[in-house]
Amino acid sequence: MSYELVGITVLWTFLFGYLIIASVDFGAGFFSYYSVLTGHENKIHDIIQRYLSPVWEVTNVFLIFFVVGLVGFFPDSAYYYGTALLIPGSLVTVLLALRGAYYAYNTYGSSKANNKTYMGIYGATGLLIPASLSTILAISEGGIIGESEGKVVLNWAAFFGNPYTWSVIVLALVSVLYISAMFLAFYADKAGDRRAFEVLRGYALLWSGPTILACVFAFFQINRQNPEHYAHMLEVAWMFIASLACFLGAVALVWKKRRLGWSFLLVMLQFAFAWYGYGRSHLPYILYKQVSIHESFTNETMAVALITAFIAGLCILIPSLFLLMRLFLFDAKYVRGSSPGKG
Amino acid sequence: MANLDPVTLSRMLTGLTLFVHIVFASIGVGVPLMIALAEWRGIRAADPHYTLLARRWARGFVISVAIGVVTGTSIGLQLSLLWPTFMRVAGQAIALPLFMETFAFFVEAIFLGIYLYTWDRFKNKLLHLLLLIPVAIGSSASAFFITTLNAFMNTPQGFTLKNGVIADFQPLVAMFNPATPTKVAHVLASSYTVSAGILAGVAAFSLLRGREHAYFKKALKLTVVSSFVFALATAMIGDFSGKFLAKYQPEKLAAAEWHFETMERAPLIYGGVLDEAGNVRYALEIPYALSILAGNSPDTRVIGLEEFPEDVRPPLLIHYMFDLKVTIGALLVLIPFLYLLRRYLPGGKKGYPVWLLLGILALGPLAMVAIELGWMFAEFGRQPWIIRGYMKVGEAATTSESVGPMLLLFAVLYLVLCLSCILVLSRMFRNKDVLTELRQAGLEGGKGQ
Repeated sequence: MSYELVGITVLWTFLFGYLIIASVDFGAGFFSYYSVLTGHENKIHDIIQRYLSPVWEVTNVFLIFFVVGLVGFFPDSAYYYGTALLIPGSLVTVLLALRGAYYAYNTYGSSKANNKTYMGIYGATGLLIPASLSTILAISEGGIIGESEGKVVLNWAAFFGNPYTWSVIVLALVSVLYISAMFLAFYADKAGDRRAFEVLRGYALLWSGPTILACVFAFFQINRQNPEHYAHMLEVAWMFIASLACFLGAVALVWKKRRLGWSFLLVMLQFAFAWYGYGRSHLPYILYKQVSIHESFTNETMAVALITAFIAGLCILIPSLFLLMRLFLFDAKYVRGSSPGKG
Repeated sequence: MANLDPVTLSRMLTGLTLFVHIVFASIGVGVPLMIALAEWRGIRAADPHYTLLARRWARGFVISVAIGVVTGTSIGLQLSLLWPTFMRVAGQAIALPLFMETFAFFVEAIFLGIYLYTWDRFKNKLLHLLLLIPVAIGSSASAFFITTLNAFMNTPQGFTLKNGVIADFQPLVAMFNPATPTKVAHVLASSYTVSAGILAGVAAFSLLRGREHAYFKKALKLTVVSSFVFALATAMIGDFSGKFLAKYQPEKLAAAEWHFETMERAPLIYGGVLDEAGNVRYALEIPYALSILAGNSPDTRVIGLEEFPEDVRPPLLIHYMFDLKVTIGALLVLIPFLYLLRRYLPGGKKGYPVWLLLGILALGPLAMVAIELGWMFAEFGRQPWIIRGYMKVGEAATTSESVGPMLLLFAVLYLVLCLSCILVLSRMFRNKDVLTELRQAGLEGGKGQ
């Protein structure tokens, strides 16, 4: 395996981690707000808060890792994406900032249990951020970032007038709600909270249909947008079929209310197959026809240094994450809410 | 703003983000250490007042961490959004510390999350305190990595540059460049100072409002003594920084000191103005002091600004930033020192003199101003370079025409964040008074008074 392939695989894995963890977080924020609005808060709000509280900071880091790593391994991509994405990138930054700050205010700073303004900001950004981030995938298919007179520009008309852009946005939104509901249903079941579980199971089943429809729609839109990429996707068609199989398995388990841990594992596999299948067929381009992993790769010394740092970092990180999960995710007493909370 | 070019606007936006971030980042580096000190004293002296102190600090700390995290995310993304050409070239050399900074922050975030939610979870109280060690190491390591990057921009080494491509790259040589030791030490020490100073101000504020409880006096003692130690360390490291500049970045020192002609026995110029002919007027001149600052001896030859072509001289304005920063630095040592001598001061026998408490109240804000000034001095003093000797700021910025509206957008964002942060913090501590909490914990009545 060449260094550039190792590099892009590491980065893609970070983004996958972000996809799962952030989806749970984004969706949970939305459901939490929705439950406060509709007066169902006593049913599911607590369980969501108990999961979210200790992990919120960790989510952003995955995204930053990806951005920093991308610039490190493939400096050219910083040049093209950085220049073209100034406005959308800044908007996402603002949304992330509002989300983080107001979540902390609500959790640690508010005297009332649920401040509606804070919750509203948290819920709304939970949908707006994935919608805007997902458009970068649409941009990466090419034809939207152009270069004229030595300047990199984003063609807004091509961006908004493109059905593929919209199909990706819709896919991002429904996936967030689906992943989140599937996870929270598992978490509620683990906590032994039947009422919350029933509500969340309903959400999970409700969003499973739209998710698979949006997946299929986006899949075929790629053919219109970038036939070359589509052809590569067909070469690894088995990954997408495996993804579909995992989806069916996950939904069936939730339907039968059995083995919910396995069900969420299947959800992760469903997205992993689709994610890596998409990524693999996208190669060698990071930005179609403009940035390829071979031509824009950093010097070999930096690549080795980054990979070394990455492995060393993982050695510290994985035990820490494991400790976090053991204390909050797999500790029956904490999950049930019977151990003391924040100081 | 239409008449400003993308370069100027990018500088303004980056400056604005860092202006906000640097305060919260410094607090993020220093406060975990203070919390650890308080909790440790609480365990060792079996004094629940210190434990409550640690607990209350931690509660406020999370709010400031949240702002630090989100402004840090901003600057992380803005590096690529506003300086794409810089990242395309320098990314080949600086990505490693950036990458490791993220790892360090990751560790800090995970353990902070655990720490906050496990106050009463372990039977052995030391276990809870141990959780703070990765937090403190993580935040200080973040500061270390990011500062090596800034150091690299000032004294780049460990590579050759040909047509925008970096070759013969040595990552560790680049990271441990000549600017790294003094810069990192200065950043860490000043972060500890500002944190201790702010917390000292909080204690002084309660005492000024006439609260007499032992809790506040203990808080004051712990924080002011820490302020003294950290401020003294910062000042001493500042002296090393002067020697570093004289050797490796003489144009920055020369511009900061308005030192135009290369000479031995160079005087230090404090304050003053420049007249039209370029002569210094109304300044306080301390003979030999600049030579001593630069090399510990009056015979040290200090290079003057005349030896540099005009287009690579830093702006002379940095002289005022430097002088003001040094003045504040002296105050930051002096005020805590007076506190140590309080028993021998007029009115000191009867408790704390009001003027002394007011001085302590000012420690936090003063330290913040000093940090902002020091950072501006470091950045303006590197101009016109973004990587000294290799790339100028003007070549590094985005070419996008939309930086202006983004500057406005972020200005509004930071204003909202800072105001809401202050509001939330003040409401938080007003709603949960110390004395009420002490009563709730059953600590009132004889114990620890």
